[in-house]
Amino acid sequence: MQKINRNVLVEKAVSLLENGTVCCVLGWKKGEFDYDITPAVFTTKEDIEANFVFDDFCGANFSKYLVQKTRKAEGKILVFLKSCDTYSFNQLLTEHRFDREKVYAVGIPCEGMVDINKIRAISGEGISSVECGEKITVNTIYDEKFEINASDVLLERCESCKSKLHVAYDELIGEEGEVLESNRFDEVAKLEAMTPDERFAFWQSELSKCIRCNACRDVCPACTCEKCVFDNPKSGVENKAPANEFEEKMFHIIRAFHVAGRCTDCGECSRVCPQHIPLHLLNRKFIKDINEFYGDYQAGAEVGSRAPLANYTTGDIEPSEVFDGRGE
Amino acid sequence: MFKCSVNEIYNVFAKIADGKKLYVPADNKDGNAVYTEWAEGVELSNALNTAKSPKDFFFPQFENLMEFKVEGKSIEVNDIREASEDFVVFGVRACDVKSFEILDRVFLVEPFDSYYASRREHGVIISMACTRPTETCFCTTFGIDCTNPGGDIAVWKTEDAYYWQANTEKGEKLLAALELEGCGEDAVNEQKEKTAKVMSKLPLAGLTTDSFGGGKTMELFNRPEWKTLSESCLGCGTCTFVCPTCQCYDVKDYNTGNGILRFRCWDSCMYSDFTKMAHGNNRLSQVERFRQRFMHKLVYFPENNEGIFGCVGCGRCLAKCPISMNIVKVMKTIGGND
Repeated sequence: MQKINRNVLVEKAVSLLENGTVCCVLGWKKGEFDYDITPAVFTTKEDIEANFVFDDFCGANFSKYLVQKTRKAEGKILVFLKSCDTYSFNQLLTEHRFDREKVYAVGIPCEGMVDINKIRAISGEGISSVECGEKITVNTIYDEKFEINASDVLLERCESCKSKLHVAYDELIGEEGEVLESNRFDEVAKLEAMTPDERFAFWQSELSKCIRCNACRDVCPACTCEKCVFDNPKSGVENKAPANEFEEKMFHIIRAFHVAGRCTDCGECSRVCPQHIPLHLLNRKFIKDINEFYGDYQAGAEVGSRAPLANYTTGDIEPSEVFDGRGE
Repeated sequence: MFKCSVNEIYNVFAKIADGKKLYVPADNKDGNAVYTEWAEGVELSNALNTAKSPKDFFFPQFENLMEFKVEGKSIEVNDIREASEDFVVFGVRACDVKSFEILDRVFLVEPFDSYYASRREHGVIISMACTRPTETCFCTTFGIDCTNPGGDIAVWKTEDAYYWQANTEKGEKLLAALELEGCGEDAVNEQKEKTAKVMSKLPLAGLTTDSFGGGKTMELFNRPEWKTLSESCLGCGTCTFVCPTCQCYDVKDYNTGNGILRFRCWDSCMYSDFTKMAHGNNRLSQVERFRQRFMHKLVYFPENNEGIFGCVGCGRCLAKCPISMNIVKVMKTIGGND
């Protein structure tokens, strides 16, 4: 389904590596199967030519890796960024989390990434091959064949893609897109329409599935604290497993507050959750509220923007007005 | 061997659940199989395996160990564990049954873990043979036969019936109480052959442990590939928490205001404070933590346990790792049998 061919990216990566512009390449490496792509650092032409992939399974957002990788790299790092990834990239720059000079960013078009779990729900177990395209062809070890519309099995975040526009790059491959009319707040509106008891029951049921693996936090480009308060034995709230219903919710709600106004809605948290908790809905509620209370704001749209929650203006909404329902 | 028809299975469940808690894999609203306490209306999942492993039954993610109550100058120490009750787990796959043996080797040797032992003693495992293994399965690599799943009672499912066979005294006692119809083994043997054919076709069927095992520490510890393999590891605990054999835990004290509640919870070697001691942390980088996980399963554990590996090939980590890095990729890269 992707319009851009893997070979175009391989050529770009090899030429930038060979002419010395960059010292390494952050890209997607092919896996054991057709769908288990791993983010990888490539340092040789041979490795790139043999193992670099770009297809419908390349959901991983590389922006956060730049925080660590740029500290060690001896030259520039080439990073490929899909449009959604560029927002995380800018937000990290706004927060001075990496040195822009150490990165060569190539924007690439994206037609939406697919979710292997959704494919598996249709094909069942035993996937032996997956061929990407408008129609995804899945073969199984049980000699079954499935033709699935790629549009039916998109990652949630791609179903409600907010922008095909790249807000950061040194070089753009393919055509530039634009900010989209997204339906991404529809699910939030449904939650808002619930009674408080229903809403509480919804989150209780979702968050009680949490196994505290911290994958959501560890993948999140907005979560870049050097030492998370939940990992710090000295904090008094270090918390490896939720002991009760309160703790199940505490971690996620505190995390959502901490990234409020900084979350670009890249959707990585929900993509990686092994328990399929729709974590993005917590963040989207904050985004929707911020939009309604302070005017439309997209974190990461530009570098250095003052986030509404970190910027006082005399026109700011008063708490009393929030309770009175202004903005609704 | 005994049998019941597919239609009778819930009657059999009702018998088991009469007086004991029975847990079976059932689909949650997201379509994932989770062990659920059976009651009338709970439907058995058709999924190959549960999202989380059944190790929680014996080694829960979180449990209180004891409490200390302070009053004036005296400290009272209380054992606050709840008495274990008999329970039955139905539908455990061969890989997960094997994982209990691995956990036993950790918890049922000195220093003997009485919390684990009590639950192990009170639990009856009814296993279920696989009929539709998936591409991420590699139990054969560790010598596990998914058509002969072990446990206290083994169950095979064919199109029209469930076949039951007791393997232990505990199993015999339970099976006798179910009063099922006696039968021959032909249908089961046919089913086993069918599944064995699928097993040989699995993409990971050729994966071997030849390059691993006790005594390989010096050879494998400093391999340069650890760095590239761990390069994009997020350091989250997904692999360890979905793993049926990961057994590390942390013991912590919680200040209740007038005393201490001592609890333990699963820990992950992927976490930055894993095995942190007074002198600091002995694994400072993610590459060291990553290497520890795989060296433990593939080298240290067999070294200390007569060659038994600390992995059962259930494939959960393959399906769940956010960056799709896993033990198969490690074995192929480090072991060189790509």
